[in-house]
Formats: sequence, C-alpha cells, structure tokens
Amino acid sequence: MGVEQKARVGSPDGSPAVAPETLVEMWRRMLRIRRFDEEATRLLRLGKIHSVLHNTTGQEAEVVGCCMALDAGDLILGTHRDHGLPIARGGSLPALMAEVLGKATGVCKGKGGEMHLIDPDVGVIFGSAILGSGMPVAVGTALSSQMRCTGQVTLATFGDGASNEGAIHESMNLAAIWKLPIVFLCENNGYAVTVPASYAVSVPDIATRAAGYGMPAHIVDGGDPVAVYGTVRAAAEEARVGGGPRLVEVKTYRTVDHAENLPSQPYRSEDEVAGWRQRDPIPTFRARLVAEAVATDEQLDGVSAAVEAEIAEAVSFGLDSPDPPLESVWEDMYADPRLNRPPAGFGVQP
Amino acid sequence: MREITFLEAVAEAQVEEMRRDDTVIMMGQDLRASLYGGAGLVKLFGEDRIRDVPTSETACVGAAAGAAMTGLRPLLDMGMASFCFVAWDQFISQVAKARYVTGGRLSVPVTYRLALLFDQGVGVQHSDRSHPMYMQIPGLKIVLPTTPADAKALLKTAIRDDDPVIFIEDAYLWSLKGPVPADDDVTIPIGQAEVRRQGDDVTVVGIGRGVQFALSAAEELAGEGVSVEVIDPRTLAPLDWDTIFASVEKTGRLVVVDCATRTCSAASEIAATVGEERYDVLRSAIRRVTAPDVHAPFNAALERQLYPDPSKIAGAVRAAVTA
Repeated sequence: MGVEQKARVGSPDGSPAVAPETLVEMWRRMLRIRRFDEEATRLLRLGKIHSVLHNTTGQEAEVVGCCMALDAGDLILGTHRDHGLPIARGGSLPALMAEVLGKATGVCKGKGGEMHLIDPDVGVIFGSAILGSGMPVAVGTALSSQMRCTGQVTLATFGDGASNEGAIHESMNLAAIWKLPIVFLCENNGYAVTVPASYAVSVPDIATRAAGYGMPAHIVDGGDPVAVYGTVRAAAEEARVGGGPRLVEVKTYRTVDHAENLPSQPYRSEDEVAGWRQRDPIPTFRARLVAEAVATDEQLDGVSAAVEAEIAEAVSFGLDSPDPPLESVWEDMYADPRLNRPPAGFGVQP
Repeated sequence: MREITFLEAVAEAQVEEMRRDDTVIMMGQDLRASLYGGAGLVKLFGEDRIRDVPTSETACVGAAAGAAMTGLRPLLDMGMASFCFVAWDQFISQVAKARYVTGGRLSVPVTYRLALLFDQGVGVQHSDRSHPMYMQIPGLKIVLPTTPADAKALLKTAIRDDDPVIFIEDAYLWSLKGPVPADDDVTIPIGQAEVRRQGDDVTVVGIGRGVQFALSAAEELAGEGVSVEVIDPRTLAPLDWDTIFASVEKTGRLVVVDCATRTCSAASEIAATVGEERYDVLRSAIRRVTAPDVHAPFNAALERQLYPDPSKIAGAVRAAVTA
C-alpha cells in the first residue's frame, strides 16, 4: 500500500474546499493556542506555574487542522504536548488555564495539569504523557465505538519519538485486525526531546511503517491547516464507515524546546530554527487568508483582539481561582466516595 | 447445596454477567479454545463479545481500559499472571490513574483475570506471585478469592464495579470443589474479609492457598491445645483492616501467610500495619510465612521447599505462642 503525499479531497489545486468562515475559525483557534502557551509561559516565569510546559508553538496549524476535521462526537487522545487539543476543540480557556495553574476550577480539578489537559466535554477523552502508552487505550475507545455502533472515530496522536515504542506496534496491529474506526495521527516534529528523528527512526517517513499493518497512510504538510484538515477528514470518514484504521503523518516542527524549564545543551542549529520561525504557521496562514480575500486585515485584527480578551479573562480566572483543598487529594481515587479517605496506618492528617 | 469447582464457579459468573449486561465483553488469548476455562462462550455470545486477542498484552490491557472508559465493561483474561509484566506500564500509567488524573471525569469499569501458576513446575518465568506488586499501585482493586462460592460472587462484583479490578486466581485452587448456590445472584462486597475459623490464641491471615494451608495447620494445632483464628482477606485492595484488627485485639498474636517473595509482600504490608496500629495489643512478634527472595527453579522438589505449607505455618504459630 502506497503513501499518498497530498490531501485526498478538495478543489482542483489539491486543497480541500473549506468555507471562508471555517478558514477564519482555523486561524482564530491557532492564535488561541499560541497565546495560551505564551501566557502560560509568562506565568511559569513569574513562578505562578510550578511545573514545566510542553508548548505547541510552531505546531498549531496541524493541531487545529486535525481537531476541526472531526465530528462533534468523535474522540481524541493526546500526548504530553497536548495544550492545543482541547483549545482547538473549542474547550473553555479559563478552565484550561486554571488546570495548567493547578487550580480547583481546572478541567481536571488540578490533578491532571499541563501534560494531562483532558477535557471529555469537547471529546479530548484521554491522553498519556508516557510515550506511546495512550495508544492501546485509543484502540479501546475505537473498539467500544465499533461494538456500540456509535459512528464515532478516535483520533490517536503520537510523535516521532513514540513511533519507536512497542505499544504503537501492538496497537496498530490490533486496530488493523479488528478494522477499528481510528486514525493514528503522527505529529512528526523532528525531535524526541533532543534526539533527531533522522537518527532515531529507521525510515525517513513514519507513514511507510503503516504498510506493515496493511493500513493506508498519508503524509501531509503540518504547516498548512487546510491540508491537514482535508487529509484527516478523508481518513476519518474512511475509518468511520468500516474502512479500518488509517495513519496520517504530519510533518511539523516545534520552534520552542521540548519543554519550558528543561535546560538542554544545543541540539539543533539556530539557522534551522530560524528557518522554521520564518514559516511560522500563524502569520503565514493570516497572510494567505488576506491574499486569497477570505478575510480582511481589519476582520482578523478584530479576531485577534477578541482572542486577547479571552486569554486575559482566562488568566485572571486561573490566577483568582482557589487551589484545591488539601483533603481533595483523597478524592477521585475510586468511584465510591467512602473509599476515598486516608488508609489505615496513615497517621498524618492532611 | 451442589458443589462445583473454583474454575466452574468463575465460568458461571462470566456467563451470568454477560447475560445480565450486554455491555460486558470478554477478551483473552485462546479464549475460544477455552484454554483456561469458560467452555462454549462463543456459542452463547458470539465472536463479537468473546474476542480472541493476539499476543499483545500491552495493547489488550490498554484497549480494555479504553473500552471501559467509553461504555463497555470488558473482562480481559490475561492467562498467567507473569504475562502481565509485558503490559505493566498500562496498569500503572493508564488503568489505575485514569479516574484520578481527570479529577473523576472518567470511570474505568474493567476486570483483569490473572492466574498465579506457581508450584507447578513451569519454570522461573511462569511462577511469579505478583499480587503484592499490584498493591503498590493505588487506584486498583485487587481480589484474590479462595473458595468457589467467593470466586463466583466476587467476580460478579468485580465486573459490576466502576473501577478497575485485578481478579487474581491461585491456580492451585482451580480444582477445589465447594458449595455454590445454583441460581442465586450472590455478590460479595470488595473489601470484606471472612473469618474462616474462630480461635483465641493466634490470628493467621492467609493469602490464596495460604488460607487452606492455615486451616490444615489450625486443625493440627487444635490437637496441641492451640486455638487458631484463620482470616481470609479475599480482597487485597482495599484491605479489610477492621476484621484483621478485631482478630488481633482478641488473640494478641499474628502470623501472615503469603506465597509471594518476602520483601514487600502482602504479608509484609499486613505485618507492618498491624505493628503500627495495634502494637499495644501484641503479645509476641508478628511472624511472616512467605517464600524467600529466591526465584522458582524448574526442579519441582527444589521449588516446593520455597513456599509456605501447613507445617511451616504450624511452626510459626508455635513460635508465636511460646514467645
């Protein structure tokens, strides 16, 4: 089975036909992700966030493209670099920012945090910050959809680093033998923390590995949200109607380090990063919208101002929100609240 | 009352729960060929709900959890407990943590069946007693029944439970026969121990076959005038501390029997907690009868001497009462 290099549906020039308002919405969501990460990074540097941050910077176009390609009821499972998924699905920015701040009002009550920004209300059903480890779970959500005939598709995201995990191999085989409605989305950003995919992955294109599972695959430019949208949408629709799993490899790049607050020696050239920053998907896509007369600069300035207001509100909400009460550490262990209490022998009360 | 074996009781629970709730599905290696019990399931429920799986423990453990998060109640038959190590990350990082990491937004109603196959001459990689390792993973419920009636009732409870349950079977008990109600839909709450024999001098807590061995030892010791109380926790997480504490308050002495290797065994945890919480009632040192921290060799005679047996338990009880 070959690997298709282009989007499969669309207008004669190869890009899919997408309504102008959808294109503007794509840009808005990309901007929301970028500004969310930037503000979170500011809060991290101010000491308001105590952890690290795995920002999406540089990858926003592909995240928005794939999230918008799915139907409302579809399911998404993320990775450690997951801020973009619930944002691109239209999640509540205040609750997401509060989660990154570890607050009680966060989407997971301060127990998930930035690597587990899970929001089932918008279909981001689960995720795993252990590489490849969420993939088996994604196979299970797809199995459930298939057996219960819900018509849902699961989108399971992973990176070039995770592509070398054994769990990925088992999961793709299992999904293939059961013809599950799942799209495996490989966000190949070229580096597993500092180790280049060109060194750690045995083939130039991870998509070629799909042939080993009898699974169709597609490669798409992650800088183009419309191309990603079209490719993922086509793959999802094929999987939805019983075509079995699909692999989409998105070629992308993070122009920030693996994580904020995680110092490393230089591992890639400044020229390489600068080259990708020049192709930053957010100004690039904005220019395209204006050039193709999809939107005017004034319109997009308005969108931008609205996003700023939203972000400001999310930050104040997060900062003003209370920390979770100390006794909530016992909650959510088990379904039965009677079990959620200090164990015998635990002499220190919280 | 009719008597059936432990394995027949497990099979009955599976069939009855699948009839009761059509979201219950079964997955496992060699299921259709009924390698580990549960004959005729495909005929009853079809190949959609009775799924043979490839030898992909990692994918299957996680897939069962993912299906559980989204409307099904999977029962995954893992076969031998030692196979689960391949999928260890799934139990730790996904299955056990999904509810907590989402602040309670996900439920994972999944049950994993796994069998402890030690003292069967199956060699070093198939003889692990891994139940205490699961006790190190908060968020799991761990059931280890020792009678056919309990096996049936507790498997039903496990399948209906909204949290992940590790249902561990000591394969030595598979052929054990015991009374099991024929038609009644009996369930037993997870986390409820059973006093198998009343006694006054020493409390013996047994894990798995350790309960049977403790009962044999108690019989022998009764002839010597030593009265032994035997407790079967049945559930290792959550542990029924109230029943264990009440017994130790009565007897003042404790012996814990566990076939696992000693370090960080279930016996160690029970001994440590009783030592902390009921030090004031203890009249002698708590004793553990466990396997030593040694692998299971292939030679059956070499292997057998590692495990608790009635005479080792009796020896520990005598030491406790004469101390």
